[in-house]
Amino acid sequence: MLVNSPHADADLPVAEIRDGAVELGGRPILRGIDVSVRRGEVLAVLGANGSGKSTLVRTMMGLVPTVRGQVRLFDVPRQDFHDWHRIGFVPQRVTAASGVPASVREVVASGRLSRRRPFLPPRRADRDAVEDAIAAVGLTGKARDGVATLSGGQQQRVLIARALASVPDLLVLDEPTAGVDVSSQQALADTLRTLVLRGVTIVLVAHELGPLGGLVDRTLVMRDGRVAYDGPPIDVFTDADPFHVHHGEPGRTADAHTPAVASPLDLTHGREEQP
Amino acid sequence: MSLLTYEFMVRALLGALFTGLAAPAVGTYLVQRRLALMGDGIGHIAVTGVALGLLTSTSPTLTAVVVAVLGAVLIEVIRESGRTSGDVALALLFYGGIAGGVLITGLAGQSAAMLNTYLFGSITTISTADVWVTAVLAAVVVVVAVGLSPQLFAVAQDQEFAQVAGLHVRTYNLLVSVMAAVTVTVAMRTVGLLLVSALMVVPVATSQQLTRAFRMTLGAAMLLGMLAALGGVVLSAYVNAAPGAAIVLLALAFFAAAYPVGVWLRRRQRLARPFPGPDDVPVPAGFGEQHSVVPEEHGHEHGEQCGHPAVPHGDHVDYVHEGHRHAAHGGHYDEH
Repeated sequence: MLVNSPHADADLPVAEIRDGAVELGGRPILRGIDVSVRRGEVLAVLGANGSGKSTLVRTMMGLVPTVRGQVRLFDVPRQDFHDWHRIGFVPQRVTAASGVPASVREVVASGRLSRRRPFLPPRRADRDAVEDAIAAVGLTGKARDGVATLSGGQQQRVLIARALASVPDLLVLDEPTAGVDVSSQQALADTLRTLVLRGVTIVLVAHELGPLGGLVDRTLVMRDGRVAYDGPPIDVFTDADPFHVHHGEPGRTADAHTPAVASPLDLTHGREEQP
Repeated sequence: MSLLTYEFMVRALLGALFTGLAAPAVGTYLVQRRLALMGDGIGHIAVTGVALGLLTSTSPTLTAVVVAVLGAVLIEVIRESGRTSGDVALALLFYGGIAGGVLITGLAGQSAAMLNTYLFGSITTISTADVWVTAVLAAVVVVVAVGLSPQLFAVAQDQEFAQVAGLHVRTYNLLVSVMAAVTVTVAMRTVGLLLVSALMVVPVATSQQLTRAFRMTLGAAMLLGMLAALGGVVLSAYVNAAPGAAIVLLALAFFAAAYPVGVWLRRRQRLARPFPGPDDVPVPAGFGEQHSVVPEEHGHEHGEQCGHPAVPHGDHVDYVHEGHRHAAHGGHYDEH
């Protein structure tokens, strides 16, 4: 079983950015970021393309350096953080395959490396955790299959199993719903729900929430590199139907739902160009 | 075996054995990162190293190792930093390396024939000391490539994930580059700098025709590389051909034999892939469950022996023939 051991630091933030700013190639991408992820919550980071939502979680994971401010993971400054097994990361990816064939079990087993030492063979606990993670995403019968032969939705489940193999306390998913059909999104929502019951903290980046909407406790809407909204989810974020037009809102047309998600505080609803 | 009575032949076979094992071990990681031609690039750069050895009258192998490692690290640094013009920068290094090598060899007053022994290998002239150097370096490469295979696999598979898993991605990337450079210079005497990349890549391409798992691919590639290297040396002894070329052509022959099998395996896998279950496909609003019965005059009964591909579909099996999917339902067949 994937069981998370209780930690004494229950009230401390799981991940935290204080006064963070990020530049990529000299251009400011994020600024004035103050975010604290509380233990046990499901946080969705929303925003349009280029709003900095992926960069925000990548900064939390230490994949992107900050130019100011501080990042803390489990209340430890990021540069001193070594308990990487407490974090499971599902990068934004269209495929789990690479240039050489690899089986589902091999890809998932690389998620266990944060708990293993170089040159030593996997222990019994490592092998069990890999099998549990594969079972958690419903791929038990496919453990020996090559990942390249799986469908897109199944490959994404492989990447989620890989993140679960270290039995993390914090699971971070970058665009898990991008390019995945609705039934796979529903399966993903079910998997995440069981993790929430085990006390796993979840941070997910999404363009729109779809079936994941019911899980989310808190949303963070990014807009132009800043946090535009931080609070409980509002209907407009989960409204994923592009053909649904509200009467009495003349500016809101079929293709306007994305700008609405990007800027929920923009009361013009996209009727006017921003100066 | 009469060949083994010649001491130079024993040395040649030992050299081939070690390079045949080590080259595909590193090559697997290069192929995995889609850097199959990196070995070739390092080989080009190593030409300058050999020429520097000839010019300064030191061991060309030693200078080649130093220059190849420097070149490999430079390639890795360029690859890591520049995302746009990385391949062009690599090309500049490759051609600079080989042109510099030819120029310096000329300055050293050496003939092109001298350089040729490094470009195309001269396994039958290697000394006992060469065999020892080859054996030790190859052993180190194999131990690292196999022993650290979970880590190296993870880094090559998904760099960002590996970093969040706490692996030192840059260290592992540099390790692969340095191993590639060492292997190139080790294999320089066996197959030559211009053909070394083939021994790194072709066995991997061959084994991945037949395998589904990474460890299997790695192991099979090392076995195939060893067989090609040994076989090539033996072959060249009998037909009086250049050993380097014989080794590479034998490796390519393995690939040519494996490729049709791979095509057949992939085709069979594709045909047997289950159809989406009836519950997985959403029914458009307004349409009921589809149930269309195949006309009664169905030629034969489908079964395991009927020869039509049987594909799992939800809780039953569909039989595919002439563009139809037939599923047994009571006393008749449904069109699925």
